[in-house]
Amino acid sequence: MQDTMKRFFDGDVWWSFKRNPLVIAAAITALICVLGAAFAPWLAPHNPFDLKTINLLDAFTPPSWVANGKSQFLLGTDDQGRDVLSTIMHGSRITLLVGICAVMLSMMIGITLGLISGYIGGKLDAFIMRVADIQLSFPAILIALLIDGVARVVVGKEYHDQIAVYVLIFAIAASGWVQYARTVRGSTLVERNKEYVQAARVIGRSPLAIMFSHVLPNVTGPVLVLATLHVGTAILTEATLSFLGVGVPPTQPSLGTLIRIGNDFLFSGEWWITVFPGIALVVLVLSINLLGDWLRDALNPKLR
Amino acid sequence: MTTPLLQVKNLRIEFPTRRGTLVAVDDISFDIAPGEVLGVVGESGAGKSLTGAAVIGLLEPPGRIASGEILLNGRRIDNLPFEEMRKIRGREIGAIFQDPLTSLNPLYTVGRQITETIETHLNVSKAEARERAIKLLMETGIPAAEKRIDHYPHQFSGGMRQRVVISLALAAQPKLIIADEPTTALDVSIQAQIITLLKKLCRDHGTSIMLVTHDMGVIAETADRVAVMYAGRIAEIGPVSEVIHHPQHPYTVGLMGAIPNVGDDVERLTQIDGAMPRLTAIPSGCAFNPRCTRVSDVPGDRCTTERPSLLPAGKTQAACWLHDKNRTSAAGVSKETSHV
Amino acid sequence: MLAFIIQRLLQSIVVMIAVGFIAFSLFNFVGDPVSLMLPPEATAADRDEVRKSLGLDEPFYVQFAKFAGNAVQGNFGISLRLGRPVSQLLIERLPATLELSMIAASLALLIGIPMGVYTALKRDSWISKLILTISLVGVSLPSFLIGIFLILIFAVWLGWLPSFGRGDTVKLGFWTTGFLTFSGLKALILPSITLGLFQMTLILRLVRSEMLEVLRTDYIKFARARGLTNNAVHFGHALKNTLVPVITIAGLQLGGIIAFAIITETVFQWPGMGLLFIQAVQFADIPVMAAYLCLIGFIFVLINLIVDMLYYAVDPRLRAERSGGGH
Repeated sequence: MQDTMKRFFDGDVWWSFKRNPLVIAAAITALICVLGAAFAPWLAPHNPFDLKTINLLDAFTPPSWVANGKSQFLLGTDDQGRDVLSTIMHGSRITLLVGICAVMLSMMIGITLGLISGYIGGKLDAFIMRVADIQLSFPAILIALLIDGVARVVVGKEYHDQIAVYVLIFAIAASGWVQYARTVRGSTLVERNKEYVQAARVIGRSPLAIMFSHVLPNVTGPVLVLATLHVGTAILTEATLSFLGVGVPPTQPSLGTLIRIGNDFLFSGEWWITVFPGIALVVLVLSINLLGDWLRDALNPKLR
Repeated sequence: MTTPLLQVKNLRIEFPTRRGTLVAVDDISFDIAPGEVLGVVGESGAGKSLTGAAVIGLLEPPGRIASGEILLNGRRIDNLPFEEMRKIRGREIGAIFQDPLTSLNPLYTVGRQITETIETHLNVSKAEARERAIKLLMETGIPAAEKRIDHYPHQFSGGMRQRVVISLALAAQPKLIIADEPTTALDVSIQAQIITLLKKLCRDHGTSIMLVTHDMGVIAETADRVAVMYAGRIAEIGPVSEVIHHPQHPYTVGLMGAIPNVGDDVERLTQIDGAMPRLTAIPSGCAFNPRCTRVSDVPGDRCTTERPSLLPAGKTQAACWLHDKNRTSAAGVSKETSHV
Repeated sequence: MLAFIIQRLLQSIVVMIAVGFIAFSLFNFVGDPVSLMLPPEATAADRDEVRKSLGLDEPFYVQFAKFAGNAVQGNFGISLRLGRPVSQLLIERLPATLELSMIAASLALLIGIPMGVYTALKRDSWISKLILTISLVGVSLPSFLIGIFLILIFAVWLGWLPSFGRGDTVKLGFWTTGFLTFSGLKALILPSITLGLFQMTLILRLVRSEMLEVLRTDYIKFARARGLTNNAVHFGHALKNTLVPVITIAGLQLGGIIAFAIITETVFQWPGMGLLFIQAVQFADIPVMAAYLCLIGFIFVLINLIVDMLYYAVDPRLRAERSGGGH
């Protein structure tokens, strides 16, 4: 482990990182967002879900630096008197949870299908790839919307609220597996023809297991890049679905939900209820995208 | 004494990297006469392709010419502004690269690519350009040239494609062609055809060739003179038959010794121990000295401290202290000493 | 060539059937199909008739055939939410979505491609770096947020442009257009920017990365070695080779615009198909969902087909696969 760490810090990737102040800033920002979100229940100045601490009289307080603002509500309050900063922190939590879980699930589905497809080949491979092609011709958001919509209908409205988060995670995961599958399949096809696979069969080891341990190192780089960028997309997808009202249930508002709520008050002048969650969302996704972009260039041997 | 067509003087090519500056080509000099074929031979990484790229002005950044001069017909071309150099490319100096498949734009017909080159450099009408293109294709041995001229690159086989590439390189009638491994990507049977074609065309048009390759066989068949490169430097340069039959530099001796003779009955092929040094770790003095068995024949430690310049050795020139008439006592090196 | 078309057509039909099947399952198994097809005041006799016409007592594949037959004729029943025939609703809303999509797509292409080319050719200029930074932000912004910010700035604070609706429209046959009125055109501006911005950013980055790849190829190197001018190399060779793969990807993405319109229409209350669909999802209005699905599936399949044809027409390697051959 120490050896790997040492090699990492000596290597080109870390060197490229250190040279790039923008990427460092992005990494720090992302880290702050993630930590702030993860520890929101302890770090947030207020608890927006505790009905006892919310006072309707505080509603529509503007941000603290504007006239009429109060210092205890740094970014103002919403229509229910909840502190916007706290709702953002808690909302980011949901957003990140959904985003990261969706990507992990997507990776697992994609890698598994890619391995199977590449290894078994033949009709199964053709079928899986055909499904992938067709799915790719539809935008991910539509697929996620569809899965969510169907679940909503099938399960009934009340029960759906309870499992909404899981459905959402699954929907987003299902709309994004193809890119992983393709990458892994490509690598599997290359490895499958190598002699060690046949050798493994001869000595009785499962060729699949061996291939797995050989394919993985080859795909780690590209998959990592895909996953990083995918987290950004997944977060945006979740935000969009929640904004449209078909994402997370209102009891667990994510950043998208907050933006939707705030949208209603845009015309009456309470812009901060929507703008700050919006900025939080953009900052989060932007820093992730910067990291992903940099990672892709840093891991690309052709550009070095 | 005619002016050489190409003169390269003390060319030095560097690559600034984060680990420091790498010297890929270190102070080499050679000439090419009009109509001559100069082979440039050496292992991968010896600097041959870079030299060719520098001559035609296509050295890719961060690589750059750090010092030295390149002269074409007595005129300096290494420091020309872009537009001036562009006019020279194709018209005075042409190039052929290794892989004919990737050298041609798959989306344009072969004819369009040739006529475009002709029209860029020569002031002729479209019809005339097309005529010339057809003639070129015929010259390079493409059957049914009037029909094939409108075909796309993927419709040609590998050998045919390289012929098309040669037509393209000769389209604007350059006086010098840099051929960078022109046969390496081809089947052995096709290689011979392409080599013969290249020789014939250049003889007919009076074009010089700088033939870069790692294949000594191709050099033996095609070149008039050959330069052997090692670690960015020229180890030996001279007429082909001399270098092959009477190599004067220990590295060249090793190279020739490693080529098996069909008639011989040997147990093992001779080989040169070790490997060419990486650009980051070039030994001081003569770059070959760690692998050279003749070091002990040179008095003192010159081999490890002083870099030899090209010294006259027999009918060739070799960068080896063995040939320094002033200091060495022993005679030269001969082919019989096949194990270096 | 013919074989290619036929193969693609067959594929498209398979996809349509798959989509239709999903819609069919939605329709028949989720909720009661009979009440979906009938207004609430239907009598028992009506129900029986519908039941028979839907063939609900009949085997599964017959039901599917009947559904497909109905679908092809455009009969998807009655909207649960609005009580009107779905096909009518769709036709009413189609022009709004199509007009918006067309403007957004044009924006995305007309600005995205040139900017992509510029940033590839002039990598080190500060303008390029600026464009790239903005494009990165563009990819990180969800389109609904772009819409909201635009509304905030141009409608709420500056009051220059409307924030919802289509403005005044002119009816031409069954089509209603917003192009012919001033207010209609003004209403198009913000939504089409919102819809097109994301796509434009994607196209820009796609063109740039593709062009950078092309500029590294051997044939470009060879073209330079032949002394071709920069214009010839960049625009004659590199650009053409860049646009060929870009066509397919861009084409598919633009197809996505019609789906992304769902979001934009929601933000701007634009009376198009997307808004209809979202309201249907929120309300569990199955007939509308099924119909929208089939329609969108059809549009995508059509776009895919067109893009495939285009690719075939543009890349000679695909065409001459059977004819000629060197030796």
